Amino acid sequence: MYNQKVLDAFAHPQNVGEIENPDGEGTVGNATCGDIMRITLRIVDDRIVDAKFQTFGCAAAIATSSTATQMVIGMTVDEALQLTNARVVEELEGLPPQKIHCSVLAEEAIKKAIEDYRAKKENKTVDKSHIDYV
Amino acid sequence: MKVYADHAATTPCDKRVVEEMLPFFTDVYGNANSQHFYGRDTAKAVAEARATIATLIGCKSNELYFTGSGTEADNWALKGVALHKRDKGNHIIISAIEHHAILVAAEWLENNGFRVTRLPVDSTGLVHVEDLEKAIDDKTTIVSVMYANNEVGTIQPIRELADVAHKHGALFHSDCVQAMPYLDVNVGDLGVDLLSMSGHKFYGPKGVGALYIRNGVKLDKLICGGGQERAQRGGTTNTPAVVGMARALQISRQEMAVNNAHIVALRDHFEERVEKEIPYIRQNGNKQHRVPSISNYSFEFVEGEGILMLLDFNGIAVSSGSACSSGSLDPSHVLLAMGVPIEVSHGSIRFSFGKDNTMEEVDYIVDKLKETISKLREMSPLFDLKKGGTYNV
Repeated sequence: MYNQKVLDAFAHPQNVGEIENPDGEGTVGNATCGDIMRITLRIVDDRIVDAKFQTFGCAAAIATSSTATQMVIGMTVDEALQLTNARVVEELEGLPPQKIHCSVLAEEAIKKAIEDYRAKKENKTVDKSHIDYV
Repeated sequence: MKVYADHAATTPCDKRVVEEMLPFFTDVYGNANSQHFYGRDTAKAVAEARATIATLIGCKSNELYFTGSGTEADNWALKGVALHKRDKGNHIIISAIEHHAILVAAEWLENNGFRVTRLPVDSTGLVHVEDLEKAIDDKTTIVSVMYANNEVGTIQPIRELADVAHKHGALFHSDCVQAMPYLDVNVGDLGVDLLSMSGHKFYGPKGVGALYIRNGVKLDKLICGGGQERAQRGGTTNTPAVVGMARALQISRQEMAVNNAHIVALRDHFEERVEKEIPYIRQNGNKQHRVPSISNYSFEFVEGEGILMLLDFNGIAVSSGSACSSGSLDPSHVLLAMGVPIEVSHGSIRFSFGKDNTMEEVDYIVDKLKETISKLREMSPLFDLKKGGTYNV
């Protein structure tokens, strides 16, 4: 079902874990749907210098989490906001059609993490109501 | 090491069965319906196969009809009776944990004007007779409950359920596909009017099944064609397959006690180790009433597809009831009916052992399973929260 690149990304995921006291964090999804993704970012001068993920989900969700974190490291936050799930899927050389929805989580988690970073920067309270652990 | 632990999906064809089948591809190849001697030789072999199976399940030869699969037998029983008796009533009853062959056939009937009741099960996957008593009415024409469930292995009280159906003038069908290799299935003991089986679950060939129809029971035919199977099921008889299925069932019955004891020993060892060595698990099924082969566990905080794939990388073949691997987003209907929380059901794996598995293989599975679960849990935000004690699943 999966191509070799996806299988490799799933079998040897990069950037697993979490950054302590992250500059930005984003958690999306819920356990009932079978997918939760949490991404933590270290951001220096608006540039992502490190990214880590934790994912509860299928092989496609884990592979896209790993690939997405690899892709955003080195990007400015503006560049990272432009990262679409389609780009992540392209990087993985494709996912089965029924698995495309899994890749959306990575894009959303990164966006949330950057929003969190910006909110923190502006010293706003961060809305965590999107974390739905059921 | 390569380990096959998915015997509920299918079993390898026994070499003795293959040997029995081979002449019927190349030497005794006549059409069993032909009048000439080629046909007569084949017809004789088919009659013998039918008699063998009939004897083993306690029915007459003329009550056993060969089909192309267990699924076809299930469809025929349910639709055939419902359609034939629609003037008497339009209500049918199945259990909520039936195989898709019954589940989807019932949906088809529902879309065609029938009323379908799906009996609930308890947390161990057991159907209760009182629930059938409550659901059945004078419009019910057929009740269908599987003997053993294919995902969790729970064995149902078929005799008691069949008695209730008969008391209310309904027919009773049982899908015995999963029960066949492990239980001494006998139509008289079970009190069923119709019963399905499938060859490849008991070390026979794929693509062949059978439906027992008690003499006197009338149902519509689904496959129209020539006069095969007493003009009830068209299609040239698959001689090698029916001969193979008969031989497979014969061997299965002869060696059942030994095989069951072996499989129980493997399963008990597996479960003992899993329960001792892997935390945060939940066993799905009924410890008392179940076939020996199936062990179904939910591993909390992780998703089934990942488990299945990492085990696969290590040469271990198992099955996942999880949504993601089947391509649908709905978790297993069996686990949901048993009340397993959705998020827990996502991490469920069915291990099904067979006669050729060894203790060494079972230990290998547990070793790799432990690694797999810890690797996936290290990645899981849910497990991280659990460790931090900030929320409870």
